[in-house]
Amino acid sequence: MATTVVSVSETPNATTQSETPGRFGPYGGRYVPEALVAALDELDREYQAAVADPAFGAELGGLLKSYTGRPTPITEAGRFGAEAASGARILLKREDLNHTGSHKINNVLGQALLTKRIGKKRVIAETGAGQHGVATATAAALMGLECVIYMGEEDTRRQALNVARMELLGATVVPVSTGSRTLKDAINEALRDWVTNVDTTNYVFGTVAGPHPFPTLVRDLQRIIGVEARQQVLELTGKLPDAVAACVGGGSNAIGIFHAFIDDAEVALYGYEAGGDGIDTGRHASTISAGSPGVLHGARSYLLQDEYGQTIESHSISAGLDYPGVGPEHSWLSDSGRAAYESVTDADAMEAFRLLCRTEGIIPAIESSHALAGARRLGAKLGPGAVILVNLSGRGDKDVDTAARWFGLLDEQNQPSSVTEEK
Amino acid sequence: MTTAAAFEKARAEGRAALVGYLPAGYPSVDGAIDAFKAMIDSGVDIVEVGLPYSDPLMDGPVIQTAVEAALRNGANTGDVLRTVEAVAAATDAPTLVMSYWNPIDRYGVDRFARDLAAAGGAGVITPDLIPDEAGDWLPAARRDDLDTVFLVAPSSTDERIALTTEACRGFVYAASTMGVTGTRDQVGGAAAELVARTRKTTGLPVAVGLGVSDAAQAAEVAGFADGVIVGSAFVRCLLEADDAAAGARTAAALAGELARGVRHRP
Repeated sequence: MATTVVSVSETPNATTQSETPGRFGPYGGRYVPEALVAALDELDREYQAAVADPAFGAELGGLLKSYTGRPTPITEAGRFGAEAASGARILLKREDLNHTGSHKINNVLGQALLTKRIGKKRVIAETGAGQHGVATATAAALMGLECVIYMGEEDTRRQALNVARMELLGATVVPVSTGSRTLKDAINEALRDWVTNVDTTNYVFGTVAGPHPFPTLVRDLQRIIGVEARQQVLELTGKLPDAVAACVGGGSNAIGIFHAFIDDAEVALYGYEAGGDGIDTGRHASTISAGSPGVLHGARSYLLQDEYGQTIESHSISAGLDYPGVGPEHSWLSDSGRAAYESVTDADAMEAFRLLCRTEGIIPAIESSHALAGARRLGAKLGPGAVILVNLSGRGDKDVDTAARWFGLLDEQNQPSSVTEEK
Repeated sequence: MTTAAAFEKARAEGRAALVGYLPAGYPSVDGAIDAFKAMIDSGVDIVEVGLPYSDPLMDGPVIQTAVEAALRNGANTGDVLRTVEAVAAATDAPTLVMSYWNPIDRYGVDRFARDLAAAGGAGVITPDLIPDEAGDWLPAARRDDLDTVFLVAPSSTDERIALTTEACRGFVYAASTMGVTGTRDQVGGAAAELVARTRKTTGLPVAVGLGVSDAAQAAEVAGFADGVIVGSAFVRCLLEADDAAAGARTAAALAGELARGVRHRP
């Protein structure tokens, strides 16, 4: 498959294209301090120029091939399909095989190249699970940019290994102790930094949320997942998949794989949100399933909010999905009925995690395990032989601690629990 | 008194207007109301009642600390309107609400405008709503005769300053520096230039905020702007006080000092 020129310049699908730039139906827009408007305009302008410049696509395509390892393969998860998904054909798009271990690198390499094009020397980013932070630190090291990563204090604890990884790559990690001390607050803090240092700094936003142009920019940089996958599934099966499944926090991996299929009406699109302890418990991160439209982090979209418009803290076993907002394009895909969004509990996600480990020898990210749990549901619904494309958005190395505790393999002192029992 | 009249009165006295901010609900709803009254008694001309919000991305640590405490105490939009009503009823100072957009959006734009006007509020300052996104807000505010105060920043182009001042009523809020709220050693050279650029587009008063905390800075800003906005320094008075009454007294003392500042241009 040709990957030297990236498809960022392809026309967006008619279904989600809006007459107003940055709007997806009533969602999106720019709800930001005036101080940021000039930088957002500059980013948008430079992005448009980059899209029109074949050299940019060639440079990014070259990096994606030689540095990231694209195209990522499709793996048919035969045992998982047979034993865990009611006999459906489960095809995994292996974004976990990217350098740095997730789809995040696709977006970050593009934005880092844009940063250089604009002439800025410093990048900032927010991170939840650390995947976007690690990817940003990686791209910054590669391109010689100063890098500061904002991470909720709670997440630095949950993802200590990724903090070390970012620091090894030369980034400064700033723990954020305001609010819920998770991804939401890391974004607030990064935006505050950006307002203050916008002359020298570019904000490498990690997902398809935030003010225009981020939802479009990040979407376009992640479209390659679906563009590759669509062709690969056609080559493998001779037809399009019956359904595409992806996990949704902010929603960048999901929009990345969905987008190439939006005009294929016969392909059902399913986004799986983090259900935490269950929607009815109130402890979850199922923004579209249980939220309402409002404004958070610069865009109108669904969010978890109370009757006064205060953001409700989200909960998920997965730091990467633990976010009370969602990208505006997903809100529109949901309202328009083109994609369906459902909630997957921690328990269901972890069961899917366990099953993929045991049946395929692949340890998935807990984020991606939500999509795998969704695929099990789809298998039961669509029946044996149905072709379900699952975006395996990241690998589970970062989650081994969390998973080992969940399954009782480690005790509180990080010792194997079986050894503890023998003492 | 309307906001325009308050600025006109200050201008007639050959000085800048002093604008003071506190969030509603800190240290309590009544505590904030008392502090506002004490500040107005000591020389604050116009007040901004902050609507506590969970994600205040333009606020620095001082205001954020107070706002988080107000939210923990259960402060809500109704408390903000009650604060406006009490301050407006007890004083002659124009009382504006400063709010991030989502709480107003959630309350209902028309309902908020109507209820704020009924409470005697003079208008709303919207730090994260730019005129480009104010399609629902402007007609609602105009219908209820409320001021609409948008911000201009040092990074704003001349075109954006013109667009923004066109949508403003009451005054224009000029953010003195690129950054968040908080006291600073220097107000920043960008402020005077920004005020001059803003004045080219509008006859509205231009008030400068972000970073002003003492009489000398107030005097400096009063030398080139129509209004001096002080927030974090007042909030700090309440944060560091032993009790609400002491906080109100310290805030009143600061108001007196700043009021002298805006009358002594360098």
